[in-house]
Amino acid sequence: MAQKPLQFRLNGAEKAVFVEDGANLLDVLRRSVGDLTAKRGCAQGGCGACTVLIDGVPGLSCLTLAETVEGRSVATAGGLPGDGSHPLQEAFMAHFAAQCGFCTPGMLMAATALLESTPHPDRDQVVHALSGNICRCTGYEPIIAAVLEVAGEGGGGRS
Amino acid sequence: MTVTVHCVPTVAEAAEAVARDRSARYFGGGTLLMRAVNEGADEVGILVRTTDPDLKRITSSGPSITLGAGVTMRAVLADPALAFLHPVARTIGGPALQAQATVGGNLFAPHPYGDMAAALLALDAEAACAGGPSRPLADLLRDTGTAGSQVVRSVSFTRPAAGTFRFRKVTRVRPTGAPVLSVAASIPVVSGRISGARIAWSAMAPRPLRAAEAERALEGCRPDATGIAGALAAAARGLDPPDDALASGWYRAEVAPVHLRRLLLEDGED
Ligand SMILES: Cc1cc2nc3c(=O)[nH]c(=O)nc-3n(C[C@H](O)[C@H](O)[C@H](O)COP(=O)(O)OP(=O)(O)OC[C@H]3O[C@@H](n4cnc5c(N)ncnc54)[C@H](O)[C@@H]3O)c2cc1C
Ligand code: FES
Ligand code: FES
Repeated sequence: MAQKPLQFRLNGAEKAVFVEDGANLLDVLRRSVGDLTAKRGCAQGGCGACTVLIDGVPGLSCLTLAETVEGRSVATAGGLPGDGSHPLQEAFMAHFAAQCGFCTPGMLMAATALLESTPHPDRDQVVHALSGNICRCTGYEPIIAAVLEVAGEGGGGRS
Repeated sequence: MTVTVHCVPTVAEAAEAVARDRSARYFGGGTLLMRAVNEGADEVGILVRTTDPDLKRITSSGPSITLGAGVTMRAVLADPALAFLHPVARTIGGPALQAQATVGGNLFAPHPYGDMAAALLALDAEAACAGGPSRPLADLLRDTGTAGSQVVRSVSFTRPAAGTFRFRKVTRVRPTGAPVLSVAASIPVVSGRISGARIAWSAMAPRPLRAAEAERALEGCRPDATGIAGALAAAARGLDPPDDALASGWYRAEVAPVHLRRLLLEDGED
């Protein structure tokens, strides 16, 4: 299969790899670059576990043709502090917003994108921002509460 | 099948490349094509993409609006001048999908998808294809399958008068989900009577389509429960909606008039 060179920034670090024609970004991150934080839940766009930020915008890495990120910046949960000290990580822990944790990297990236564009979202905005991300464990409320807490809404009470 | 990706500078070259090979597919945002590639679908051999900047352009001059086929749902949502289309774009997947899903790709998305296509049908949009004249979108959708053998460059339509454009999508999952059905309508009212109504369905047939009988039944009627009764009776007439995991065709046909009534009278939630 034909290989193409690909250069992009991953969490601020330059990466240069060869990718197969038609490869998706998720496979490149996991297999070629070794960043395992984006998860492969469905490879169909349906679960959001592979959500990353591409130039600050949330993207489904399983549906992203890898070569389209040439020269661009990709951010994954791998770029968050390893000691869990990011406010979103702390809020997720405080609210038990991660159980098995499979959805968590995608949720964190979707929430990061929201808070960067809308620092003080209301509950509906949080729900919409996370609407492409499936969680089979938590029932979503702890995740919504965690994001709202970081947003300064102090809660996650049901509307 | 092994996939090859060709990246060309212009839409015209992309159209030529697509025409050359039966397994070639024009690559919009790739939300559906990458699914096929990830599944190893046999029918997709070549992905043809272009960096042509015209495809991403949103232009409006006077009442006329043109959306490049590569305009994403996110770009629609970011444009206040397209506020009437925001309720449509907002329901097409979550924010990550919206950043990728294009208007052009929505025209060729298979059942049950095609929410934006239905909206554009109700706006009586014209589609410009590479190397061809503009033609009514309704004709293009009727004549082509979902493989996108003609490459659409842009879609154009007239900005609807305030309050005349409506959209309603029925889903099993909130706030976003694949449609049980969607219905879009342009309902101009002149001197208290409906004049020149356009109604379009998505997920009620293999491709999005206009509800010609219901449109005719609305002509000259008052926009009230009595006036729209004939259109409701004609809502699903002649349609054989597909069965899928979301709903049976029978169910779709049964509930279509209910949702058309809610849309026309704007009188309630699902
Ligand atoms: C999780 C998920 C949820 C979704 N939810 C919805 C939904 O709620 N509503 C909805 O309508 N859709 C939905 N979709 C389907 C899809 O994302 C959208 O329809 C989208 O707009 C398709 O555009 P694209 O650019 O990604 O298409 P692509 O995958 O690039 O292409 C799809 C098809 O269209 C053809 N094509 C693309 N652009 C052109 C063009 N300019 N000219 C000619 N042919 C072209 C391609 O060759 C291909 O056959 C969903 C998809 C996923 C994965
Ligand atoms: S793995 Fe990408 S959406 Fe599920
Ligand atoms: S914590 Fe298990 S899927 Fe969300």
